[in-house]
Amino acid sequence: MSNTEHHDYFGAKLGMWLFLFTELLLFGGLFLLYAVYFKRYPEEFAAGGRQLDWVLGTVNTLILLTSSLFAAMAVTAVQRSEQRRSMALIGGTVLCAAGFLVIKYVEWSAKISHGIYPGAERLKSGDPGESVFFGLYYLTTGLHGLHVLIGGILLVWIAVKVKNGAVTADNGILLENGALYWHLVDLIWIFIFPLYYLML
Amino acid sequence: MNPAQLPRSSFWNDTGKSGITAWIFSIDHKRIGLLYLFTTFSFFLVGVILGLLLRIELMAPGRTIMGAQTYNALFTVHGVVMIFLFILPGFPGAFGNLVMPIQIGARDVAFPRLNLLSWWLYVTGAAIVLTSLFTGGGPPDTGWTFYVPFSTRTVTNVTLAVFGVFVIGFSAILTGLNFVTTIHRLRAEGMTWGKLPLFVWSLYATAWVQILATPILAITLVLVMAERLLGTGLFDPGRGGDPLMYQHLFWIYSHPAVYIMILPAMGVISDIIPVFARKPVFGYKMIAFSSLAIAAAGSLVWGHHMFTSGMSDTAVLVFSFLTFIVAIPSAIKVFNWVATLYKGSISLEAPMLFALSFILLFSIGGLSGLILGAAATDVHVHDTHFVVGHFHYVMFGGTGFAFFGAMHYWLPKFYGRRYAEKPALVAWALMFTGFNILYFTMQVLGMQGMPRRYYDYLPEFSSLNLAATVGSWILAAGMVIMLVNLFRGLLKGEPAGNNPWGGATLEWTISSPPPTENFAAEPVVTHGPYDFSKTGAP
Repeated sequence: MSNTEHHDYFGAKLGMWLFLFTELLLFGGLFLLYAVYFKRYPEEFAAGGRQLDWVLGTVNTLILLTSSLFAAMAVTAVQRSEQRRSMALIGGTVLCAAGFLVIKYVEWSAKISHGIYPGAERLKSGDPGESVFFGLYYLTTGLHGLHVLIGGILLVWIAVKVKNGAVTADNGILLENGALYWHLVDLIWIFIFPLYYLML
Repeated sequence: MNPAQLPRSSFWNDTGKSGITAWIFSIDHKRIGLLYLFTTFSFFLVGVILGLLLRIELMAPGRTIMGAQTYNALFTVHGVVMIFLFILPGFPGAFGNLVMPIQIGARDVAFPRLNLLSWWLYVTGAAIVLTSLFTGGGPPDTGWTFYVPFSTRTVTNVTLAVFGVFVIGFSAILTGLNFVTTIHRLRAEGMTWGKLPLFVWSLYATAWVQILATPILAITLVLVMAERLLGTGLFDPGRGGDPLMYQHLFWIYSHPAVYIMILPAMGVISDIIPVFARKPVFGYKMIAFSSLAIAAAGSLVWGHHMFTSGMSDTAVLVFSFLTFIVAIPSAIKVFNWVATLYKGSISLEAPMLFALSFILLFSIGGLSGLILGAAATDVHVHDTHFVVGHFHYVMFGGTGFAFFGAMHYWLPKFYGRRYAEKPALVAWALMFTGFNILYFTMQVLGMQGMPRRYYDYLPEFSSLNLAATVGSWILAAGMVIMLVNLFRGLLKGEPAGNNPWGGATLEWTISSPPPTENFAAEPVVTHGPYDFSKTGAP
């Protein structure tokens, strides 16, 4: 029957958007905690934000924005049947993802070497507001980092599909949905960045 | 009754594939539906046995058959199994999958492979939960709500159990988005929104709640795991956290979740009652709309679980008010069902008896819910057996009885055979009697002040507790008769024919059991789901 073929473009798009909603709500729980605890500890949150490296945060923001641009261009390239260019652009997105994670690793290790990590003695015995700030920081950026990792793996898999000719101009929904997921990962960072790094 | 024959080929055999792999890797919605039915219902039976053991322990004051720690573990596992392994995935997974695509005239759901993945995630999560019972520090003893601070400190295996529930949450999200997409995209020609069977409407509302609420549960469980494994201290007041925030996050999911549990049941009832009253449903639009209204309003009332937790008075007032608003769409449904019965040609067969008892039991449960929703009265009965009685009236008397009704109503369609009517009636009568003895007694006990989740109680509660336990045995006896009769009938009974009840929805137009592709040609829908003038009455 015609309506059950796997080419229901709008159906696949609708399903993906619904999934993205669930991702937003997943992070929504953490943002909710942020809002409540920020109201309770505004000064400690500002002090915590100053301890984060806003330069590295800004670089990571630019990296993610660039990666999203690559992802969008990769979609357009497939629509123009330029498979090789599309693969190169997906490769660019994945490289950006890797760069983002490396910088995140540098940031985390610097903090951990200063004795700031969940369950650390310094946070346990120190200011409660600071403990809450960094607890949320690690959980939120950690969950986001996990999404970057998953998104990167997803895009590599899609690039293989593009190479095999399974993603074409007529049937590019897989890449479009992959790019949508990537934009979501980007979007969530756009909220994380000012909330944590630009708290002055 | 027509002299009916079983069709020679159906989804049981017409793909030529059999054996266990043809089932557990099948992407056919009917096979996945039956997988869900058997897995979730098996867990239901496990939960029943745990419940019976709890009732035996409470039969008399003091130690009866188990120690206090075992008791704590049993009521926790009873709740986790019943809620996360049976009642949440049960209705959408089993009957949603079996019936919904056929009712809208589709070949399958929108994403059949994702559908199979949902079942696998469910089974994986269930396996993890089961593993948590026998490994590490033993079964969790926190209650199914996993409240902090106890859940972050107990040495029992909470982390693994919580992770299992997290995986099951993924399964629920995928089922939800699959169903919303299916109902939007795969309706047959002529199947307008105004012609959707009310079961489909209720699944549609349910699917939205699954999509919007489950992620909050996921992040809450992640936070509990982080508290236990990393010691983040986000709910630890000693380190700046607030345990009340855990309760908020938990109930932001878990209150809407009770509508995931009850809405599909209401949908089944809305489908069964017109068929057995042989009358078009009264107030179709209002019933459909009230499903959405319950889903929407029900998402805003979570705070009524926390009246005694130390929220501000303003918050208590607002949540109490919003809770009363949910009663309106629920009452709309009840009144419309009753109005459908009025001057109907009622035939009291098994599915109808379950549907009628649903109305009564759900009404008792719903009205006792208002006693809990009003802040002033809630303070007195909070955390007593009144709450246990209320919850079981809605969830077991409501969803459970609707599930039994759905089994009697739809399983003949998928097995092609009928159960015997008389034992079904006896089973229903026993279950209905036992149910009320068990849970109404609990409500009385709660009013007298018996707390819930306590291992021991004062001697003055003895006689009512004994009565409740005897009620649980009557209920269980009825359930055994029901299951034996149901499955003996489905395997060996008389052929059911295509339309044993004279229903007007699409599933009754195809053979029983249905062929894999459901419809030989894409159906064109010309009449409403409750327009009985167009169907051949049996």
